[in-house]
Amino acid sequence: MRLFRHQLRWEQTVFWRSRESAVFVFLFPLLLFTLLTAVYTGHIYGHPASWALLAGMLAYGVANTAFAGLALIIVARRETGILKRIRGTPLPPATYLAAVLTSIMIVFALQTAALFVLGRLLKSTPWPGHLVSLVLALALGGAAFAGLGLALTGFIRSLEGSSAVVNVLVLPMAFLSGSFGPTRHYPQALRAVGDVLPLKYFLDAINGIYLHGQELWDKPMNVAVLAAWGALGIAVAIRKFRWEPREG
Amino acid sequence: MSAISVRELRKSYGGHEALRGISFEIAEGEVFSLLGPNGAGKTTTIEILEGYRMRDRGEVEVLGFDPGRAGSPFRERIGIVLQQSQLWPTLTVAETHKLFAGYYSRPRDIDEVIALVGLSEKRDARVKTLSGGQKRRLDLGVALVGDPDLVFLDEPTTGFDPAARRAAWEMIRSLRSLGKTILLTTHYLDEAEQLADRVAVLREGVIIREGTPAEFTGGASETEVRYRRNGQEVVIRTTEPTRVLQELTTQALAEGGELEGLQVRRPTLEDVYLALVAEAAE
Repeated sequence: MRLFRHQLRWEQTVFWRSRESAVFVFLFPLLLFTLLTAVYTGHIYGHPASWALLAGMLAYGVANTAFAGLALIIVARRETGILKRIRGTPLPPATYLAAVLTSIMIVFALQTAALFVLGRLLKSTPWPGHLVSLVLALALGGAAFAGLGLALTGFIRSLEGSSAVVNVLVLPMAFLSGSFGPTRHYPQALRAVGDVLPLKYFLDAINGIYLHGQELWDKPMNVAVLAAWGALGIAVAIRKFRWEPREG
Repeated sequence: MSAISVRELRKSYGGHEALRGISFEIAEGEVFSLLGPNGAGKTTTIEILEGYRMRDRGEVEVLGFDPGRAGSPFRERIGIVLQQSQLWPTLTVAETHKLFAGYYSRPRDIDEVIALVGLSEKRDARVKTLSGGQKRRLDLGVALVGDPDLVFLDEPTTGFDPAARRAAWEMIRSLRSLGKTILLTTHYLDEAEQLADRVAVLREGVIIREGTPAEFTGGASETEVRYRRNGQEVVIRTTEPTRVLQELTTQALAEGGELEGLQVRRPTLEDVYLALVAEAAE
């Protein structure tokens, strides 16, 4: 536990001190929310558009932070030999990974809180209700996407290509899942792709809680699909995760 | 008491035999240097001893542990300088040491370590502002912060300028005087000659020779005498340097001349090493 707290503290220091992670990982969904709400007006799902876009950006945030951000951080550390070096110290690998995951979940939680504050300030969006459901949904979604992010690192071979690979996955996924607006009018084929992606189910859960006053467990399908994707991610990560650089 | 004991160690990658049954012992407090051309198996050996790689066959004991199965108690007692590896660019030198010190149950005082590796003036500088040589010293500091009994140095001075290399040698000598056991791989034969108590030469997965640097160079029977006559370089290799020198100097004095650029040289570890590696290649 002492080692976990030590590592977590330094994970946070390293994260916030790096301009890349602070700007691209933490601020990007906030920036996108500001832009989208400036462009979209009118109503979505019977509420002002900004409400649905706030939920959409929460979902974008989980993909951007817990999935892509985590994968990029891990690949960078692996390829620069930091993971290998840590593996040579007494710090147990499980403790290290637990601290890295917890750290990214803290970032995601702060990002979520910042989105609600920003929405309130810019567009007078309401504060969320059903807090227990919301926290559970964020925790489940964060964990599932972090598991997928760990799995993804096994498929990225180099540092140079990593952000390209990650963006190619995250942006279309967010688009097809409805982060940038409802998918009702998308062509059937695109909607079918969206239907298998985990982000759609996370967004559906968040929409349910934030826009429609539901509880997380009112739609067990969302919980089941997210849990299944998360379990798949962890199973793949166990087989594919590497501590040593792929190159050199 | 052996710090490291290796018997009949074998390792293959695919069909390629990287190590073909090597054996050696390293005593506690000894500086042992593993030499050999690229691809000889040096890094494979050192990474098996560090616990990064699993061996195929043979027996390996490091500080009484089997590194293939050992966990934190083993890693408490070793320090590793990897061949190439970076650290967090945005942390300072002192912060980097603090981060790593936190992993060990009995770390050294970080300011002592920072002074030992000569980075006191850079204590509060961010890692990204350090020069290549300073970063390498930081690598060494991070490896020493847990107060290890055994230190692995994989090519620790590659890319150093001559002054930085001398400084690194002093650091390694001071580690030795603290009683640390050191396993050093290097491409610089003078480095091994300066630092190592014993040397083993690895080639294509086999140890082709092992001994003290003095045994390597002492076994060579020929001495080289060089001078210039009429602008031409003359080289004489002889097993009787005393007689050859007397003949040369007597003749020169009789002619009233000077033996220009006279040098008498015993073979260095490098000469012996190059001959050994070339011989084995034939």
